[in-house]
Amino acid sequence: MTVSDIARILKAEVLCEGDSMEAEVHTACGSDMMSDVLAYVKDQSVLLTGLVNSQVVRTAEMMDMVCIVFVRGKRPDEQILSLARQRGIAVLSTPYRMFTACGLLYDNGLKGGCETDV
Amino acid sequence: MSDTINLTYDVPGDDFTRAGEASSDVKGVLKKLGLSPQVVRKVAIAMYEGEINMVIHGGGGQITVEVTPDAVTMRLADHGPGIRDISLAMQEGWSTAPEEVRNLGFGAGMGLPNMKKYSDEMEVISEVGVGTTVNMKVYVA
Repeated sequence: MTVSDIARILKAEVLCEGDSMEAEVHTACGSDMMSDVLAYVKDQSVLLTGLVNSQVVRTAEMMDMVCIVFVRGKRPDEQILSLARQRGIAVLSTPYRMFTACGLLYDNGLKGGCETDV
Repeated sequence: MSDTINLTYDVPGDDFTRAGEASSDVKGVLKKLGLSPQVVRKVAIAMYEGEINMVIHGGGGQITVEVTPDAVTMRLADHGPGIRDISLAMQEGWSTAPEEVRNLGFGAGMGLPNMKKYSDEMEVISEVGVGTTVNMKVYVA
């Protein structure tokens, strides 16, 4: 699956393209708690979250993630988008809620990436 | 890479939006030095959790980073309230963070455990009313 595929599946608006919309992604992580995201490093490349602040981008950056999806139609402000642009991270906004957004991606082949959620 | 590189950062204690700038900078430096992505990520995450702690608990402070061919050594020092019981603070899920910090996505009691998880050596020195210093080392080789 590519970042472009995620945008299509989630009917998401692309707010920032990042380094490449054709970047291949295999795993994702959905959480509003950034410390939980940081606790499980398994090459997850997509972060789905309902939290909107600059630390979401920082967390994705530290984890080498390539795409952030804001759920429930949330939109980050320009400062957050600018940070994502600098770091080459794609930013999407989907109208779906967290559960549905994760479910749609899982159904289309994206996995959790941790041992416990094979 | 044969020389030692020293980096120093002042972490402002009152600006949550800027938390992580130091860790981001260190990540960039280590990448340029050609360290393995795994090592770079371990350092970045451990330091980032520490930097967040300095902002939400410690009122800011100073971070020094030393890079040698063998290891990346980080020293994070704040002048905050200190930690009353370090062993308790090391437990996953234990936190003194107020609700507003949790609303920002942190304060779940995972900061120190994550720092321990991603560093190869870690030492926490703290005195109530004086401050906290966390020393962490990540092996390069």
